[in-house]
Amino acid sequence: MNSSPRDGVAIEFRNVSYCLDGGRELLSQLNLEILRGETLVLLGRSGSGKTTTLKLINRLLAPTADVVVDGRPTTTWDVIRLRRMIGYVIQDAGLFPHFTVERNIGLVPKLEKWTAERIQKRVEELLQLVGLDHQIASRYPRELSGGQRQRVGVARALAADPPILLMDEPFGALDPITRAELQREFQALQMRLQKTVVFVTHDMREALLLGTRIALIEAGRLVALNTPQAFLHSKDPLVASYVDAFRTDLTTPRN
Amino acid sequence: MNFWQFIVQNHTEVLELTWEHISLVGISMLIAVLIGIPLGILITRWPALNKPVLGGANIIQTIPSLALFGFLLPVPWIGARAGRLAVLALTLYALLPLIRNTYTGIRGVDRAVVEAGRAMGMTDRQLLFQVELPLALGVIIAGVRIATVLSVGLATIAAAIGAGGLGEFIFRGLAMVSDQLILAGAVPAAALALVADLGLGWVEKRLSPQ
Repeated sequence: MNSSPRDGVAIEFRNVSYCLDGGRELLSQLNLEILRGETLVLLGRSGSGKTTTLKLINRLLAPTADVVVDGRPTTTWDVIRLRRMIGYVIQDAGLFPHFTVERNIGLVPKLEKWTAERIQKRVEELLQLVGLDHQIASRYPRELSGGQRQRVGVARALAADPPILLMDEPFGALDPITRAELQREFQALQMRLQKTVVFVTHDMREALLLGTRIALIEAGRLVALNTPQAFLHSKDPLVASYVDAFRTDLTTPRN
Repeated sequence: MNFWQFIVQNHTEVLELTWEHISLVGISMLIAVLIGIPLGILITRWPALNKPVLGGANIIQTIPSLALFGFLLPVPWIGARAGRLAVLALTLYALLPLIRNTYTGIRGVDRAVVEAGRAMGMTDRQLLFQVELPLALGVIIAGVRIATVLSVGLATIAAAIGAGGLGEFIFRGLAMVSDQLILAGAVPAAALALVADLGLGWVEKRLSPQ
C-alpha cells in the first residue's frame, strides 16, 4: 500500500470518501495531490466538504481510504506525531482563553519539551514574524483585537516549524480591511517560508489572491482543479458560474 | 432563658456538636469529590456511561434522606457505626451535583478551543488537564458549593441515627418541645451553610476564567 514518496507531493488523497454515522456522504471519492510548498485553496460553499477534507489530513476525522502525508498513509502515523508536524489555524483562532499570548504560541514547543529559553526566543521571533509587538506576549486573547488574535493563531501554528499548514477560513471573521491586511501578510510570509498550505475559503477573491492552485469542491466532489488564471477563464460551466457570481458582485453595486 | 444565654451556657457542647457537624460534612465531601469529579470526567470520555451514571446519582437523590439512613443500617461494617453510615449517606447525596457539574463544565468548554488543542497534537490527558479542567473549574467548584450547602443541611438528620452533629440539638428540642434547643442546632447549622456558600462562592469566582 506504500508508494515510494514521490518528491514534490506532500499530501495525497486516494479515492477518499467520508460519511457521517447516519450515512450522509460529506465527501465522495476525492483524488487530489498537494505539492510541497504550494498553497492549495479548497474553494466551495458552506457544507460542500472543504473542512471535512482538511480534517481528514490531520485525522481530526478518520479517513476511509488512504490519505497520504509524506509518503505514508495517515492511519499508519502516530496521530500525535502527525498533528505536531501539521500547523492548524481556524476562524477566530481558537486560542486558549486561559493562556497568555506567549503560552498560546509556545504550546507545541512546550509539548515537544523545548527548554524555556528556547521557547521564549521562538515566541519573540514569531511575534515579530506575524507583525505583533512583543509587549502583547503577556496579554490574554480576550484583550486582543480580532486581527491580533488571528495573527497569534498563525504564530501558534508555525511555532514548531511544521512543514504543513492547514488553514480553515482563517480570515473569515475579520472586517474587510483587516482581512486584506492579513491576506497580504500571509502572502509575504508564504513567500519566505514556502510551507505546504491547504487553505479553506468560500471567498473566491481570497482564493484567487492566495492560491497556487484552486480546488473547487461542490457537494462533496472535486469539480475543478486549476491555477487562479485558468480558473478565472475556465469554460467549465460550474466554475464559470462561480466566477460570474463574483463578477456581478464586484461590478454591480446595489444602488 | 433566651437563645443567646443558652448558647453561652452550653458553649462547650455547641462547639463540640458544631465540630462533629463540620467533620461529617468535611469527610463526606472529600470522599464525594474524589469519586464524583473523576466520574464526571469519565462520562465525558465514555458517553455510553453517561445515562447510567447520571441516572444512578439521580435516583439516590430522590430517596428521602431519613429513609436512606435507614436503608444503610443493615450494611455490614458501614452500619456498625453511626458516623460511618452518616458519612456514606452524605457522600451519596453529594455525588449528583458533583458529577453533573463536572460533566456539563467540561462539555461546555468551547468546542473550537478543544479541537484546536487536539489538532496541535495534545494527548487526551494533556487536553484534559491543560485545557478542559482549567476552563471547567468554575462550574465544577459551583457543583462543590451546591453539594456542600446541601450536605450541611442534610447532616442535621444524621443525628436521628446517632451520628451526632448539630441535629442532636434539633431532635432533642423537638422531643422536649424547646425552641431554644431547636434554635441552638438550627442557627449554627444555617451559619455553617452560609459560610460554606460564601467561601466557595468566592473560590468559584476566583477560579472562573473571565
